[in-house]
Amino acid sequence: GKKEYDLLVIGGGSGGLACAKEAAQFGRKVAVLDYVEPSPQGTKWGLGGTCVNVGCIPKKLMHQAALLGGALKDAQHYGWNIAQPVHHTWSVMAEAVQNYVKSLNWGHRVQLQDKKVKYFNMKGSFSDPYTICGLTKSGKETIVTAENIVIATGGRPKYPTHIAGALEYGITSDDLFWLKESPGKTLTPFVFNVSLECAGFLTGIGLNTTVMMRSIPLRGFDQQMASLVTEHMESYGTKFLKRCFPTKVEKLESNRLQVTWKNTELGTEETDSFDTVMWAVGRAPDTETLNLEAVGVKTNSETGKIIVDAGEATSVPHIYAVGDITEGRPELTPTAIAAGKLLAQRLFGQSSELMDYENVPTTVFTPLEYGCVGLSEEAAGQCYGSDNIEVYHAYYKPLEFTVAERDATQCYMKMVCLREREQRILGLHFIGPNAGEVIQGFALGIKCGATYPQLMKTIGIHPTCAEEITKLHITKRSGLDATVTGC
Amino acid sequence: QEAAKYEKKVLVLDFVLPTPLGNSWGLGGTCVNVGCIPKKLMHQAALLGQALQDSRKFGWQFTEEVKHSWMTMTEAIQNYIGSLNWGYRVALREKKVTYENAYGEFVGPHTVKATNKRGVEKLYTAERFLIATGERPRYLGIPGDKEYCISSDDLFSLPYCPGKTLVVGASYVALECAGFLAGLGLDVTVMVRSILLRGFDQDIANKIGEYMEEHGVNFIKEFVPIKGVELSVTKTTSGLWRLDDLPFEEKTQDLNLTWQSTEKQCSLYMHAVTDVAERNCCDVLNKWKFRTGKIPVNDEEQTNVPYIYAVGDILQDKLELTPVAIQAGRLLVQRLYAGATSKCDYANVPTTVFTPLEYGACGYSEETAVEKFGEENIEVYHSHFWPLEWTVPSRDNNRCYAKIICNIQDNERVIGFHVLGPNAGEVTQGFAAAMKCGLTKEQLDNTIGIHPVCAE
Repeated sequence: GKKEYDLLVIGGGSGGLACAKEAAQFGRKVAVLDYVEPSPQGTKWGLGGTCVNVGCIPKKLMHQAALLGGALKDAQHYGWNIAQPVHHTWSVMAEAVQNYVKSLNWGHRVQLQDKKVKYFNMKGSFSDPYTICGLTKSGKETIVTAENIVIATGGRPKYPTHIAGALEYGITSDDLFWLKESPGKTLTPFVFNVSLECAGFLTGIGLNTTVMMRSIPLRGFDQQMASLVTEHMESYGTKFLKRCFPTKVEKLESNRLQVTWKNTELGTEETDSFDTVMWAVGRAPDTETLNLEAVGVKTNSETGKIIVDAGEATSVPHIYAVGDITEGRPELTPTAIAAGKLLAQRLFGQSSELMDYENVPTTVFTPLEYGCVGLSEEAAGQCYGSDNIEVYHAYYKPLEFTVAERDATQCYMKMVCLREREQRILGLHFIGPNAGEVIQGFALGIKCGATYPQLMKTIGIHPTCAEEITKLHITKRSGLDATVTGC
Repeated sequence: QEAAKYEKKVLVLDFVLPTPLGNSWGLGGTCVNVGCIPKKLMHQAALLGQALQDSRKFGWQFTEEVKHSWMTMTEAIQNYIGSLNWGYRVALREKKVTYENAYGEFVGPHTVKATNKRGVEKLYTAERFLIATGERPRYLGIPGDKEYCISSDDLFSLPYCPGKTLVVGASYVALECAGFLAGLGLDVTVMVRSILLRGFDQDIANKIGEYMEEHGVNFIKEFVPIKGVELSVTKTTSGLWRLDDLPFEEKTQDLNLTWQSTEKQCSLYMHAVTDVAERNCCDVLNKWKFRTGKIPVNDEEQTNVPYIYAVGDILQDKLELTPVAIQAGRLLVQRLYAGATSKCDYANVPTTVFTPLEYGACGYSEETAVEKFGEENIEVYHSHFWPLEWTVPSRDNNRCYAKIICNIQDNERVIGFHVLGPNAGEVTQGFAAAMKCGLTKEQLDNTIGIHPVCAE
C-alpha cells in the first residue's frame, strides 16, 4: 500500500542528515530516525552523529586547545610577556567544547524543522523491506513505512575482547570528549588516527600521555609520513611503548588503573598505573540492532559493514546505505555527505551522477598535522612499479618556527608522480602546520589531472608553507639533500 | 645562483642606500630585510596576541595583564634576518658567485662602475647584465617628511616602540603594518586618500577595512588635501610630532608619524638615468618610458638593449612579488644558458595580503572580470564561513568570506578566487595550482572537502 514517507533515513549523522535534507529539497516526504545508545560508561549525545558529537568537531577543538598551548610558548619569543606558570583547566575547555557541540545538535534540529523533515528520536529496526519499527528510550514503539530507506547508522568504537578489565575500566573516544574531569595520566593502546590525535592533544594540554602500539602506526597511510608524525609526537612529549600489547587492566584501591602489557621485542611483561585507559582499536559498524537478517541486507562477513554498489544500493531493492556503515568506503564526513546528497539527487532529482571516491583528501590532526591526497608512495610503487614513479620531496621550515625557536625536523612534503613524460601527480603528502588548509586546493588540482610541470608553473605565495609544494624539485632518486634553504 | 650552475662567471652588486633616517641592511633585498619576512613575523606576533586571548576560552589560565615588548620582538626578528643575510653570502660563495657590496651604475656599453661604502670605484665589464634593483618607498614631499617620518624601510628595525602611530596610505603595506601594530596593542590610525587596496577586489578590500575598524584601528577616510594648503610636520615640545593644517577637526592632534605610500618609484634607476644623461655616454635609457620610472621588458625579460635584462619590482606592468621575481630570474637564466624555452607565466599569479584578517587571491577581481567578460557572462559563487577555531572564543562570526568567479561561456571555468580568513595563503596556494590546470566549477564541486578546515 501507500507508504507514509518517500524516504526514511536511519541515522542522523553526516551522511543521513545530508541525504534527508537534500531529498526534502525535492519536495519529498522525509523522516530521520536518530538514536544514541549510551556507551558502556554511560555517555550519550544529541542529533548530528559521530562527527559533530564524538569525532571531527570536538577533536579539532581540543587539538586547537593544545595548539594554543604551543602558541603561548611561541608568544614569549615574539615579545609577549606572560607570567609563568601557565595552567590548563580541562573542565573549562570541555564545557566550552560541549556547549558548542550542543549548539550544533540544536542547529540540526532546527534545520530539519525548516526543511520539513520529520525527526524521531528512536532506535530503528527492520520489520520488512518497507517497514521500520522505532523504539524510544522509554520503550514506546512506533511503526514507520517508507518507499526508500537509507541506512546511515555509522559505527562505534570497539572494545578489545580478550583483555580482562577492558570494558569495565576503559573508555573510548565516545567518552573522552564528554568527560567533565581531566583524564589525567592516560594510556591509549593501539594506533589508529583517533588515538594519535587524542594522545597528541592530551599531551599538548599538559597531561602525561602514553601510546601503546603493537606494530605500525596509521595503517593504510603512507608509512614514511606516519613515522614522521609519531617521531614528532615523541619529541613533543608523548610517550610511546612500541611492540607492546596490553594483557589486563585492574582497578587499584586509589581508583587508578593498573595496566599489564607484554613487550614482544624484549619478551618481558611490564606494568604501570594510569588514571585513564582509552581504547582506540577500531570502529565497528552499528548494525546489530537493525535486524538486517529479516530483510536480507548483505554485510561483509569480516567487517560486518553493509555491502553497497556504486549507487549506494544494498542487496535489497529500495534499501540504500551511506557513510561509515558501508563497506570499502573511507570513514570520512565529507564523503558521507557527498554520497548522501548524490543519492537523494539520483532517487528524486533525475540525476544519474555517481559518487567518486577517488583522490579523497584527508588530514590527521596530530600536533604536527599530516594532510594527504591520492596514493601513498608504497601504493603508487605497487600500482605502477617503483621504476615508473618519481618522488619529489623537501624538508622545510615554516617561517613562524624561526623566531619561536621550534624544531622543524619533521616538517616534510613529498609529491609522487608518474615518471613518464606527462608526469601526472598520483599523490601529495604534507606534514606541517595547517596541513588541511594546504592540501585542500591541491586536491582540486589532482581532480583536474594536475601534472608536475603544471605545478611548477604555478607561482608560490610568499611566505607560506604551501608555496614549497610549487618548488619541489629534488627527487628521492637523486639522493641529494632535500632541505630547503634560503628565501 | 642559477647562472652559476651553468658555470658562468657571475658578479652580484648589492648596495643599500640608507633611508633618510640612516637605516640600512644586508644582502637579500626587500623581501628578506624590509618586506615579506619581517612583515610576516610581526603579523605572526600580532596573531599570537589574539591566540593568547582565545586560549583562555580553551582552558588556558595565566595573568590577566599581558604586555608586549617591541624590543624583544624586533631583536629576535633582526637576528633571524641577519642569519638570512649571512646565509645568502655563504650560498653565493659556495656557488662561486662574486659578490660586491657596491653601488652599480652604467657608464658605457657593457660597462658598469661599482662604488663601495668608502667611495672606492671599480669598473666591470660583462657580456650580459641583469637589473634587479627593485624599489624604495616614496615620500610625499611635504616639509618634515624625511626628518620626522619613517617608512617600512625603517619600521622593522625601529629601535624604539613606534607608540601611537599614524599610517598614511592604504596600500597592502599600509594595512598590513597598521594591522599588526594594532594587534600588538598600539593606538593606530590609517589615513586614506580614497580607496583601500587599489588594484585588489574592492568588495574584499572593504571587508578588510571593516574588520580592522571593528578591531580597533582608526580610519581617517577620503582625506583629500585642500587646495593651497600646505601640510607640514613639526616637533612639539613634548617630543611628539604634529601634522599641521590637516583638514579634519582636531588640527592640533599630536601624532607619531610613519609614512607609507600608495605608489612607488625606483630611485636607484632614476639616479642612474641622471648620471648617464649627464655624461651623455650612451643611448641606453633614452627610449625608456619615465611615467613611473620603471623598466619595460618583452616577454623574455629583455630591455630594449639586447644584452641588458631586468627582473623583479623594477619591471613596468608586472607584479611586485618575490616569487614572481625568483621564477622570472631562474627561467631567464635557463633560457640564456641551458637552452630552455619556458617563459615566466604571469597569468593567475596568486597573492596574499597579511592583514589581521588575511586575504588570498588568484586571478580576476570581480570588477575586472565584469569589465572583461560582461556581468551576464560571469557567475560569482560566494559564502560566509566561521572557522571552527573561532566558535569557542565566540569571535568574528560571519566575517570570513570566500568567492569564486566563473566564466559561464567557458564551461564555468574558475577565473577568480578570493578568500578572506585565517591562513589565507596556505588555502590559496593549492587553488592557484588548480586554476593553472584549468579548474571548472564542476571539478570543484566534485572535489571532496577535508573536514573540518576553512578551505573546504
